[in-house]
Amino acid sequence: MFAIYLPVLLLIIVATLVAVGMFTGTSVAGPKNPTPEKMLPYESGSNTTGASHLRQSVKFYLTAILFVVFDIEAVFLYPWSSLFRDLGWFGFVEMLAFLVILGTTLLYAWKKGALEWET
Amino acid sequence: MEMSTLILAALAKILFIIAIVVGVFAPLLVWAERRQSAMIQDRVGPVRAHIPVPKSVVDFANSTLGLLRLGVVGCFGLAGITLLYFGIRAGGSAIGLWEFSTDYAEALILMFIGLGVLGFFSSLGYKAHSALVDSARHTKDGSGKITVLGLLHPVADALKMIFKEDFVPPKGDKLLHGLAPIVTVIPAIVAFAVIPFGDIMHLDHLGAVTLAGHAFDWETFELARTMSGSEFAAFADANIASAATLGAEAIPLQIASLDVGVLFLFAVASTGVIGAAIGGYASDNKYSLMGGIRAASQMVSYEVALGLTIVPCFMLYDSLRLEEMVAWQMEHVWGIFVPMLTFGSILYSFAAIAETKRVPFDLPEGESELVGGYLTEYSGLKFGMFFTGEFVEVAALAMIFVALFLGGWDAPFLYSYGLNLPFDWTLTIPMTSWEIGDTILLSHWVVVLLQVGIFLVKTVLLIWAQLMIRWSLPRFRYDQIMALCWKGLLPLALVNILITGVILLIMG
Repeated sequence: MFAIYLPVLLLIIVATLVAVGMFTGTSVAGPKNPTPEKMLPYESGSNTTGASHLRQSVKFYLTAILFVVFDIEAVFLYPWSSLFRDLGWFGFVEMLAFLVILGTTLLYAWKKGALEWET
Repeated sequence: MEMSTLILAALAKILFIIAIVVGVFAPLLVWAERRQSAMIQDRVGPVRAHIPVPKSVVDFANSTLGLLRLGVVGCFGLAGITLLYFGIRAGGSAIGLWEFSTDYAEALILMFIGLGVLGFFSSLGYKAHSALVDSARHTKDGSGKITVLGLLHPVADALKMIFKEDFVPPKGDKLLHGLAPIVTVIPAIVAFAVIPFGDIMHLDHLGAVTLAGHAFDWETFELARTMSGSEFAAFADANIASAATLGAEAIPLQIASLDVGVLFLFAVASTGVIGAAIGGYASDNKYSLMGGIRAASQMVSYEVALGLTIVPCFMLYDSLRLEEMVAWQMEHVWGIFVPMLTFGSILYSFAAIAETKRVPFDLPEGESELVGGYLTEYSGLKFGMFFTGEFVEVAALAMIFVALFLGGWDAPFLYSYGLNLPFDWTLTIPMTSWEIGDTILLSHWVVVLLQVGIFLVKTVLLIWAQLMIRWSLPRFRYDQIMALCWKGLLPLALVNILITGVILLIMG
């Protein structure tokens, strides 16, 4: 187990070194010359008004919830699909029931307007 | 194998992958993009980055121009004369005017090939020299420059980024702002852990010919050099007892061979969304926040679609390991030629482009509405790190496409023992004793190099195709992107899974 995952650990270490190296490289090598104008949030030249954290559309939140539902579905499908031939028709029908329920979920969300962005 | 060998092999593979992706793919992508955008906008392209050349060298190049021109004309001229002479001698011997010995004919052919190669390289040299002399024509002091087709531009870009001022928004969340580019780059690179870029390499049999789990030495196979396919198969069967068995020092060309395979890959790659989201959140800028939220929403949506589009592959290949999927395709047929997977591959390409947030799905950084999206408040190499992550992700998804649908390192007629061309034939080149058979044997290391090369070439072609899309299509509207995912790709992927299941079960 350890021997199999050891290369992954090594890769994570190397990737972290690359990322941290790039990060410190640019922090150290770049010039530091802050001016008050430069420190303002960039809004194409006009002065910023109000708080920068605006209220966002609730649609993003709905998408996140839908993501949780369907990503878990994908996680269920992966082991089933790799054992698909062994499970045969029985496994297929079981998964069909699961997919029909989720398809109904998608249709319900669709009908309720959770997938509409125009309004 | 011992632990130290294991670690060394793993490190070598990691460095190879990072060198290929960061050192070859990313610069190639940057270069090709600049080149192509320049062509679209009728500009000369990325040629400003150059190596300055002093006047003395330019003068020297100018003085050698005549010599090189003479070399080019001379080489090609002599090659032509050689060919003409060969033709006359061969023709004469055919109608019985004079004798034309085999040795003489072989020497003439070798001379022709040698002169041709020499002429080719001297014309390249002539081209380079004249380009240098031309570049010096417009400078007052007579100095020139070498632009190397603009290939220096990606290097110049990276260097420029390192020495740019590093901006951190004073009112933003400094910790998250710094963390965002790091957590974008790390998962993008770690995703390469399970992608196989070549077949199993047998370290102790690199010089031998491998076939059906056995290694034959070259002395045995010297006899089989010009055999046709059927003769060769019989010969290999007869000699299999004297061959060594493979497997003592087998190194799979894949960083880690995990049983969860693709699942690991998507688990890691999906954390890439965190970087964009917290980058936008921490920047203290309305555009950044908007871009970050768009990026998060788009990436999680397409991640679901991306994960579901490739489920039919697992059902067909009966595995989650990418190397086993490639093995299945080598044995049967490339995935893209199986009808259900052809459809799946089209869905996958849509989802993959959207997942990497590139045109026409680059809403999170759409400059016409959001300045730079979540990248607005980033500068220097931190800005570059987001793009490194993006390029690496593009390369990773292209590699997965190659492994899932395009047969990985498989190529027509290429087998573990070399090339086996179709039909049984042996060709003798006229007037010589040289023979070419339909079976061309290659050492194990040559085959391994060829396979890795084929895998990388397929990946580069896919990336290039993606670049063409990037420079050809306008940007979608955000509601169109979301509708494409939730109302288009997702239901279609689910239906594709069901249809694949029914077909596979009926066909047994």
